[in-house]
Amino acid sequence: MPSGIGVYVCHCGTNIAGRVDSEGVARHAAGLKNVAVARDYKFMCSDPGQDMIIKDIREMGLTRVVVASCSPRLHEKTFQKACQRGGLNPFLFQMTCIREHCSWVVADPAEATAKAKTLVAAAVSRVNEHEELYSRVEAVHPDVLVVGGGIAGIQAALDIARSGHKVHLVERGPSIGGHMTQFDKTFPTLDCAACISTPKMVAVAQEPNINLMTMSEVVEVKGYVGNYTARIRTRPRYIDEDRCTGCGLCMEKCPKSVPSEFEEGLGKRKAVHRNSPQSVPNTPVIDPASCIYLVKGKCGACKQNCPSEAVDFEQQERFLDVQAGTIVLATGFDILDPTALSQYGFGRYPEVYTGLQFERLNNAVGPTGGKILMKNGQAPESVAIIHCVGSRDKNHHAYCSRVCCMYALKYDHLIKDKVGHHARVFNFYIDMRCFGKGYEEFYRRVQEEGVTFIRGRPSEVTDQSISVEEDGKLVVLAEDTLLGRPVRVAVDMVVLCTAMQPRRDASEVARIFGVSCGQDGFFLEEHPKLGPVSTATDGIFLAGTCQGPKDIPDAVAHASGGAGQALSLAARGQVSISPTVSWINPDICIGCKMCVGLCAYSAIEFDERRRVCVINEAMCKGCGSCAGHCPSGAAQVRHFNEKQVFAELEGLSQYVSPVRQPAGADAT
Amino acid sequence: MQELNVMPETQNVPMPGAAFEPAIVAFVCNWCTYTAADLAGTSRMVQSPNVRLVRMMCTGMVDPKYIIKALLGGADAVLISGCHPGDCHYINGNYKARRRVKLLMEILPRFGIDARRIKLTWVGASEGNEFAATVNRFAAEIKELGPIDTRNLPLL
Repeated sequence: MPSGIGVYVCHCGTNIAGRVDSEGVARHAAGLKNVAVARDYKFMCSDPGQDMIIKDIREMGLTRVVVASCSPRLHEKTFQKACQRGGLNPFLFQMTCIREHCSWVVADPAEATAKAKTLVAAAVSRVNEHEELYSRVEAVHPDVLVVGGGIAGIQAALDIARSGHKVHLVERGPSIGGHMTQFDKTFPTLDCAACISTPKMVAVAQEPNINLMTMSEVVEVKGYVGNYTARIRTRPRYIDEDRCTGCGLCMEKCPKSVPSEFEEGLGKRKAVHRNSPQSVPNTPVIDPASCIYLVKGKCGACKQNCPSEAVDFEQQERFLDVQAGTIVLATGFDILDPTALSQYGFGRYPEVYTGLQFERLNNAVGPTGGKILMKNGQAPESVAIIHCVGSRDKNHHAYCSRVCCMYALKYDHLIKDKVGHHARVFNFYIDMRCFGKGYEEFYRRVQEEGVTFIRGRPSEVTDQSISVEEDGKLVVLAEDTLLGRPVRVAVDMVVLCTAMQPRRDASEVARIFGVSCGQDGFFLEEHPKLGPVSTATDGIFLAGTCQGPKDIPDAVAHASGGAGQALSLAARGQVSISPTVSWINPDICIGCKMCVGLCAYSAIEFDERRRVCVINEAMCKGCGSCAGHCPSGAAQVRHFNEKQVFAELEGLSQYVSPVRQPAGADAT
Repeated sequence: MQELNVMPETQNVPMPGAAFEPAIVAFVCNWCTYTAADLAGTSRMVQSPNVRLVRMMCTGMVDPKYIIKALLGGADAVLISGCHPGDCHYINGNYKARRRVKLLMEILPRFGIDARRIKLTWVGASEGNEFAATVNRFAAEIKELGPIDTRNLPLL
């Protein structure tokens, strides 16, 4: 078979050709060794572009193909498929990036063109050494693991379960529902949060295809796409879920009260507690840190009074391994603790609240029974709402939290509604971002209710009054940037719209699942636009605010997207696994077992009979730790072997050598 | 593209006295630094044109002989860049790279190659700006250091 390489240089409209002389690069490539044809085209990824490759493979009998265009992370698969359609093994293809790494970042056209020529030369040199490889097909386990039982996790779990696939839903807390259950109303429709979230929570509990595991965390994940095994640790609840009827007598009898996390510290809970009567499961949980029996060994009031003998102080931590083909991460967000922004006096002045605390003040089952009251039991006559606390602030989070403008407007409305129209509300904002469906209309409506908007980020909240009107009040100091003058606003209550931030253990969770975190600390999606729910790890998908700040509609939509992606793998039932894994040449291996200890996946075994190391291809991920170390050169990663890398380097050095001035060359 | 100032084929040969343009080979991992390079490109962060990327799946597969090969092939410097410690897509490949590069940096000076010609960095997938800064900083350092003279080494 005659050997011939086809080289295709893309213009990408003007994205490449605006800086790089694509035609010149193609002409240059035509002169390289083994190149049978070199062409340039406006859009190689378009149908005519791909057809050009297919036609050349068929008519000219090309044996290898090089495409110089965008990043292989974008279109490598597109062109591999085109090669396959033309009848060429997709691994006899090499792609080189002359857009992201060249035309977009090199200012000088001559230098950009020179760089593109080198990159093409390296790719041509490398592709000579490529070998035919064949993907293997593996079965996908039909079950899906969903991690996190907030509204996103619930949505994903329900979507998947309703398709007939089994879902393991793992929730760290005692109940599912997440932050949404803490809210009272939701913007912009002012739906009652409980009315729309509790039916979904109940649906989870009643769905036969969902295996709900509360008080549980994933501690280890093994395997690969289609075949994950997750180890789940379940902390003891100390109450038997099967026996408990949820009557609540134990909570009545428990003598120990502590500040409630669910009430954001505004209310108390007992040592045996549950978030709300609507919790799913509605079994209470005994907090081992505050329970008198578990700390001191005496008391047991709950146990004595439980009519169904459900209290069990002997419960231990349990571990369970579950199998799943795909995983959806829906681990949610944390609220920034505004104590660090000491200028706003949170923790110092009792009438400064976080957004979530204010939600609890509004909630019918919250500490005030849904009335907006100050600590002295009076309703506030005036409230200041400070937007962007910790968001859009380079000292904390550079990003916009996306929900604060809208929930601030909701608070405006709720204050006017609950306290009365005489209550004065001041919003201190940077910009109003009301982008969603019905949001701008809601903004209008709240403006018409007589709320004051002051454009400026406050510098301080203080109790130092300078006039009689300010006595006994909190004074918000800011610059009204529209009027261009400083303002002092005396109010009874201050609400801080605190930023949404990544979970404090997000990086640890990312490590367990093998996904990465972005610069902001949220989980990184595969592509910011076209892959917002998938991750760089096949078979692991994102749902909701673990990927970035989102409001409820966006989190639910994102979760359904993640569920859809997980389902498309689960429904197909099979996945092709890349053949780019390691191989140890038994003729070269000296059996030193160095690689066995290096392999992070325990994919290498020592064959005692042949005295050589052998790769288990099902477990190998192709990281090349063995190949990078093998003293005899027996271990090689397919598609990244020594010959191929050397060939690429030789291609690069064709350019490297002449540009460099050898020492003493001045004389010649 | 007639209007472009197309470079003549011979321009790669430097004029005597021309400014030294180093050639730098960078072995970068697919998951972090290569992605960061893509992001730097998408964000149009202008970089020194001296660096050529070689995509590896993980820095853990960068055999020290690849680095030596690049240096002997005429590269003035080699950059190895992967995921941050603890963030490796393959659990711990970057730690293995770190050990190998450290040893190599001890060995190479004995053969007359300045250890400053090798650099190991961690650039995460979202750090496009960090990638561009690393490239520009390293290119400037190597410009300062001058051309490599592997050709005059006794081992060749």
